[in-house]
Amino acid sequence: MTATIEPEVGKSRRRKEDERLITGRTRWTDNLALPGMLHMAVLRSPFAHAKIVSIDTSAAKGAAGVVAVFTAKDLDPDSSIGMPCAWPITPDMKAPRRPVLAADQVNFAGEGVAVVVARTSAEAHDALEEIDVEYDELPVILDMEAAIADGAPLVHEDQGSNTSAVWKFDSAEAGTGGNVEEAISSAEVVVKRRFRQQRLVPAFMEPRACVVDPTGTQLTMWSATQVPHILRVMSALTLGIPEHKLRVIAPDVGGGFGGKIGVLPEEMMSLLVAQKLGKPVKWNETRSETMLAAHHGRDQIQDITISATRDGQVTGLKVELLANLGAYNGLVGTGVPILGAFMFNAIYKFPAYHFACTNVYTTTTLTDAYRGAGRPEATFAIERIMDELAVELGVDPLELREKNWIKHEEFPFTTVCGLTYDSGNYEAATAKAKQLFDYDGLRAEQEKRRASGDKVQLGIGISTFTEMCGLAPSRVLGSLDYGAGGWEHAAIRMLPTGKVEVITGASAHGQGHETAWSQIVADQLGVAFEDVEIIHGDTQSSHKGMDTYGSRSLVVGGIAVVKAAEKVVAKAKPIAAHLLECAEDDLEFANGKFTVKGTDTSTGIADIALAVFAAHNLPDGVEPSLDSDATFDPENFSYPHGTHLCAAEVDTETGRIKLRSYVCVDDVGVAVNPLIVEGQVHGGLAQGIAQALFEGTEHDESGTLTTGTFADYLLPSAADLPSFTTDRTETPSTTNPLGAKGVGEAGTIASTPAVVNAVIDAVRHFGVNDIEMPLTPMRVWHAMQHGTTDAGGPGRGEAGGGLGSIDASGGAQ
Amino acid sequence: MRITVTVDGTKYTDEVEPRTLLVHHLREKLGKVGTVVGCDTSNCGACTVHLDGHSVKSCSVLAVQADGCEVTTIEGLARDGQLHPVQKAFHDNHALQCGFCTPGMIMQSIDLLADNPDPDEQAVREGLEGNLCRCTGYQNIVRAVRDAAQNMSPGAGPEAERISENKHVGVGGD
Repeated sequence: MTATIEPEVGKSRRRKEDERLITGRTRWTDNLALPGMLHMAVLRSPFAHAKIVSIDTSAAKGAAGVVAVFTAKDLDPDSSIGMPCAWPITPDMKAPRRPVLAADQVNFAGEGVAVVVARTSAEAHDALEEIDVEYDELPVILDMEAAIADGAPLVHEDQGSNTSAVWKFDSAEAGTGGNVEEAISSAEVVVKRRFRQQRLVPAFMEPRACVVDPTGTQLTMWSATQVPHILRVMSALTLGIPEHKLRVIAPDVGGGFGGKIGVLPEEMMSLLVAQKLGKPVKWNETRSETMLAAHHGRDQIQDITISATRDGQVTGLKVELLANLGAYNGLVGTGVPILGAFMFNAIYKFPAYHFACTNVYTTTTLTDAYRGAGRPEATFAIERIMDELAVELGVDPLELREKNWIKHEEFPFTTVCGLTYDSGNYEAATAKAKQLFDYDGLRAEQEKRRASGDKVQLGIGISTFTEMCGLAPSRVLGSLDYGAGGWEHAAIRMLPTGKVEVITGASAHGQGHETAWSQIVADQLGVAFEDVEIIHGDTQSSHKGMDTYGSRSLVVGGIAVVKAAEKVVAKAKPIAAHLLECAEDDLEFANGKFTVKGTDTSTGIADIALAVFAAHNLPDGVEPSLDSDATFDPENFSYPHGTHLCAAEVDTETGRIKLRSYVCVDDVGVAVNPLIVEGQVHGGLAQGIAQALFEGTEHDESGTLTTGTFADYLLPSAADLPSFTTDRTETPSTTNPLGAKGVGEAGTIASTPAVVNAVIDAVRHFGVNDIEMPLTPMRVWHAMQHGTTDAGGPGRGEAGGGLGSIDASGGAQ
Repeated sequence: MRITVTVDGTKYTDEVEPRTLLVHHLREKLGKVGTVVGCDTSNCGACTVHLDGHSVKSCSVLAVQADGCEVTTIEGLARDGQLHPVQKAFHDNHALQCGFCTPGMIMQSIDLLADNPDPDEQAVREGLEGNLCRCTGYQNIVRAVRDAAQNMSPGAGPEAERISENKHVGVGGD
């Protein structure tokens, strides 16, 4: 037994997870092959909106290898409540039932209409083509503004409107700040903008999949999900399966980014089909199906008004959003804009704030959580409009930010939204970033290029951000009408040999929990990193949990591990005192040893584990167990922050953008594993930059997704991205004992506005003050030619029609 | 059709449908599930293997085309419990997160290093253009490939297999 002296927390440990992943010994859901297993394929609607007149499955039933074909009437029982939505954001929110399979009507292209079960996946897919469905087309509704206009055709006729809900926050009404209308009407400067958050595809690399085995004493479902615990309870509620008869396993999961947070109709279909047939059934989607039917992210229209004094003090912020839900309410998609509502004021001291969001149904794929979920959208809007305000005021955009941000000595700080930021040091992060970036040098070069009319112009983009991490305090979620809590569970089992099993409810999909949790436990119990095994992703072994999303794993789940370890030590202490024949108060615990104070008499926690196993010599009344359970529910979010600086070169003849440098200094509080933190930041930056420059879905007028494969939807490759300069400052969180803040979303949140600000800064002298994302060369070129805020015009390639012209009200009033 | 393919050193003879893709043959018939499928348009590269020593996307090769060929998959790289230097470099440089793209990324990296034993950053980025990763932002993958280049014998390549014994190293601690 090696007792570690050097703390593990803070070490750049290489990951325990890697060995199986680099050798191909992984447990992806699609790797499972159970005896007698059948394969399921889903027939999907080619129409965005249509009545189903008839479905003829007779030919498919006779096709080679086919075991069964099901439509809604066979499969989706009346008892099914439909797919769940866990976030009824207002009491009057519309809740159209989303069936497991469409019965009478399809409401987006890709909605499931029938399923085939066959001996092989290929046979199941072949047979899909034999199903004859007669559709009666209905009007397609793609545009959010048109959808909520009077007389618009309705996605769900019985709901009476395409407006799902309107959610508002007003600082005057909440008593957290002033009246925004007064602030705006009396302001010296007002800037308004309309920004569009294009629709994105989360694009986890492993397509979704599930396998259901009904042959044991309970139903076992393996799924490529982020949320095995939530999936179990939601499956039980949706289908009426007794919860204790359902075991959900998330084996190795190939990425999520929020995209695997939903409870899927396909998972429900697999459960139903497997039960009906009494045989294991696998569903594994193709990438084209993922693009069509897995939920999308973002898709908002943001009308932002900011008011300020002439000397640059912000006085008010008004935000009006339209959020596209797609055809139904997703599991948490209804609440995504609300998470953003609390982040529009970002790191700034706004005295007055008003937010209103209208959630809209359209005949498109559902939207739901995507990396950052609401907060990237908010950060984009505020960081873009701060730049526009700086231009209007004629000041350096960084100076404007410095003038308005919360100062280090002002923390904890309660914002106009009523949230209390725990800690932060925007000054330190910014100073470090400026120095790494050579801000002044690049500004000088920019001036020179501007003056000489260089073909390649240089722009500098700034994004200073914070986010609320660690979703979430259950009471806060309750106040927002979310249907579940935000706690996390951990358990620790000390084994007789002194090794440690740790069970966590936070199921990982690439974040490195096994490594980070081992580091935490090694420090807490004074055992070796290698002596800790982390168990997750199985509702039977890790029987309680709220899973992984919203940068919550470490700052909620990791703290539950700390709490569980504290309980183990507390349990061990009386045993140690008994073995050492001393009083408990005379003992101190460090580095895995209980030592009698002032002596070198000690016993290790491994010795106690063995003594507990033997149970021959324990204090009276002490249970022979060195196990513990702990549940942690944070009292507050944590608030990581950072300063991101981007230098972009724009070829003024072609609109081509080159990111010349990207520097970010993130403050994620205490970094348990700096190597993992750095990796998370890199990946996040890539996703945020991709929103700025490359990615975006497009539909044709019939509602067909024209960016439905990786050939059409531009996921950046290594050749499309630069290397990043990343660094950290470390301002510990005051809301948890590790001082950690969370990092999963930081890069994505901060980078999109940094890049767009840089590009616009490069071409602003052409009269450009906005360009719609993604900033394709064509759009940039078009904006330069027209010197306008109208960022419409062609998108990528000849076929790209863009998302239509945006009606930027543009400029200062 | 009856085909014989040598995969990771073992010869397999099987009946396959003419339409069967190599990746499906590997995964479904031979149980070589270390190679994965990430898309259906040959864009993502997750299924990259070596066919007679050169990287191919195994979703764009028919199994029958591999008749008589040697295939190396991610499962065939480590020898006697010793990782290939590129595998080791991926671990050392935190060049993976969820790990789904990793088998293909490693196989492509080995082929890239066969063509160019000492690539600069740009050459690595361009050499990996056909392999998509959603987690890492590629930076650590690029770092890993360049690190591996330094740890491999000159000219070593897909012939990964050709790596000198003393450079063949296992997953270590820190």
